[in-house]
Amino acid sequence: MRRWSAALAVAAVVLAAGCSSGGGDGDGAASGEPVKLRFLSLAWQKESITANKQLVDEWNKANPKIQVEYVQGSWDNVNDQLVTSFEAGDAPDVIHDDSPALSGFAARGFLLDLSSSLPSELKSDIPQAAWDTVTFGDGKGGQGVYGVPFLQESQVLYANKKLLDASGARMPTPDEPWTWDEFAEATKKMTKSGAYGVAWPMKSPVNKVLTLGLNFGGTFFTTEGGKTRVKVGAEEREVLSRIHDQLYKDKSADPSALGMGTADPLPGFFGGKYAIVPAGVYLRQQVAEQAPDGFEWVTLPPLKGVTAEQGATSQTLSVAADSKHAQEAVKFISFFLNGPNQAKLAKGDWLLPTSTSAAADPAMTQKENFWDVATASAKNLVVAPYLKVDGYDEWKSKVATPALQEYFADKISLDEVAKRLVEEGDKVLERYGR
Amino acid sequence: MGGSTVRTALKYLALLGYLVFLAFPLAWLLSTALKTPQEMASLDPTWIPRNPTLANFADAFGEQDIVGSAARSMVVALASAVITVLVALPAAYALARFRSTLNKVAIGWVLVSQVFPVILIIIPLFMVLRRLELVNTLPGLALVHVTFTLPFALWMLQGYVRAIPRELEEAASVDGAGRLRALASVVAPLLVPGVVATLLFAFISSWNEFLFALVVLKDPEVATLPLTLVKFTGPEGVVRLGPLAAASLLATIPSLAFFAIIQRRLRSGLMAGAVKG
Repeated sequence: MRRWSAALAVAAVVLAAGCSSGGGDGDGAASGEPVKLRFLSLAWQKESITANKQLVDEWNKANPKIQVEYVQGSWDNVNDQLVTSFEAGDAPDVIHDDSPALSGFAARGFLLDLSSSLPSELKSDIPQAAWDTVTFGDGKGGQGVYGVPFLQESQVLYANKKLLDASGARMPTPDEPWTWDEFAEATKKMTKSGAYGVAWPMKSPVNKVLTLGLNFGGTFFTTEGGKTRVKVGAEEREVLSRIHDQLYKDKSADPSALGMGTADPLPGFFGGKYAIVPAGVYLRQQVAEQAPDGFEWVTLPPLKGVTAEQGATSQTLSVAADSKHAQEAVKFISFFLNGPNQAKLAKGDWLLPTSTSAAADPAMTQKENFWDVATASAKNLVVAPYLKVDGYDEWKSKVATPALQEYFADKISLDEVAKRLVEEGDKVLERYGR
Repeated sequence: MGGSTVRTALKYLALLGYLVFLAFPLAWLLSTALKTPQEMASLDPTWIPRNPTLANFADAFGEQDIVGSAARSMVVALASAVITVLVALPAAYALARFRSTLNKVAIGWVLVSQVFPVILIIIPLFMVLRRLELVNTLPGLALVHVTFTLPFALWMLQGYVRAIPRELEEAASVDGAGRLRALASVVAPLLVPGVVATLLFAFISSWNEFLFALVVLKDPEVATLPLTLVKFTGPEGVVRLGPLAAASLLATIPSLAFFAIIQRRLRSGLMAGAVKG
């Protein structure tokens, strides 16, 4: 015990002044001092950080009574950071996160229900499908809106234009996208010695498979009588077996790319080793920045199975339930996410805005860097079925990720992977469903 | 004669191999920091950048407060290293020299504290810090670092104390030195390498520590270096490699300097031949 107090005393003496910074800014509004809001942003690309900072500056200049402090966090660990902040009652006022994370926080009462406080212009500017991605149970039997959805992503294909042209495959358009069959044919044609038609980076396979699974109506979860179970039927197996066929039957996909993260196949893509890389629309930024001079690439619209639907999640801004200045925080969010501002944010992050007025912005529909193709793909987004599943995160990391990795590595059969996803998955979900 | 030349040559060769092995990551970091995005995505990477650029440094320093956060990391690391040693040293001496049941209990505590999962402690710890009003402050973080380095530092130091023959202290008392005099004139100089090694260990643990810093520090004005570096990473493990390499390269300089200053004291063999028999 004495050792502890000694350490504390020494620490205080050694580091005393200059190190600490005021955490609690108190209720300045009453005394005429400006209200201070802490805004945790997860912007990480250069242009996106600039756009975020510019909007915060603009707000701070126009609202001397409500000053926003921009705090940059990281996607890598934001939820660890938030859990501890929420538990300790010290969370930022305005929180940038994504919709899958909100459900758990909402159920535990950490986030403010925004359904009655948002201005009607903002509500009507964002379509219901996007609001669905942030509407969750409040843990007490009710429903609430726990964030404002503002950026979404769809899965598109990046193709080497020269190899695509040489293959003679039809150039797909947003109105007439490739079917999965056409995609398989094209990648077969583009596979030559030392070069593969496609690279599937499957280090994190679950979201990719679940997002694309909707192409054939595969939802992977079914809820009956309030009880959610995992389902891997014929619809869910389609995308799984089609990717597997490319790897081992057609041999048009490189098995060595399976262990890669999303951006890792790019050197091979630029070097002509892979003709096509499937990835989210945001990867256009890396492709545009890193492509060697003279390299021609195209963004192809999302594939179509029975439909071209993809499961969407959203990036969101939420208000902490503990925030002392919730009203001001909502005001700031309403400004930050209005149509013109969403267009700036989407452009900075190379993602799709949820705002319909932002999607009509000329910057979002220009041909340069395939914004037109990317923005058009937003019409296929529906709320991801897994978003409302309690226990999804645990199922994803403990059951689905290893099972899918083994399946794509050809270590287990389709029946085996289906069995594991369902049987082991149901055990996990049961615990959450009680 | 010929045999020994070959042996020396082989020794140098092995040493060179080891040096290359150690220098590789740093050299690669330097090379990456000077490359353009196009070159980083090239299938045939080169050591020497074809079109060297300082843009990554400009980006890293323009966007983030690298220098400020490095300075704060330095303050926290130095403070926690010094405090750890100050607290651990007397305890280590007592553990090594006085035999009692407390001794075994203390060693048991050290071992148990090492196997306890950190993630379980983090929220209660945060609550304690909050009560002490040490959240979002560098002393708070230094205190946490001391707490977590202390058990291992104690373990390390008591090993060094044990290695000093008791006979040396006895000889000093025979010559008329009291316990304090024996400690100051005989034990302390012999413990210097142990203290330096422990300082280095505590410094590096604190300098690299990320999770506690993430939880304890909230504002950008108090962020330490690991918190600043992670801002160059995006979702799904996508990383802005250029600015990250540039910032990391500069981040290694202060700790290298600390090593360079302190490593001369890391001599061993001081006690060779101290006790006959």
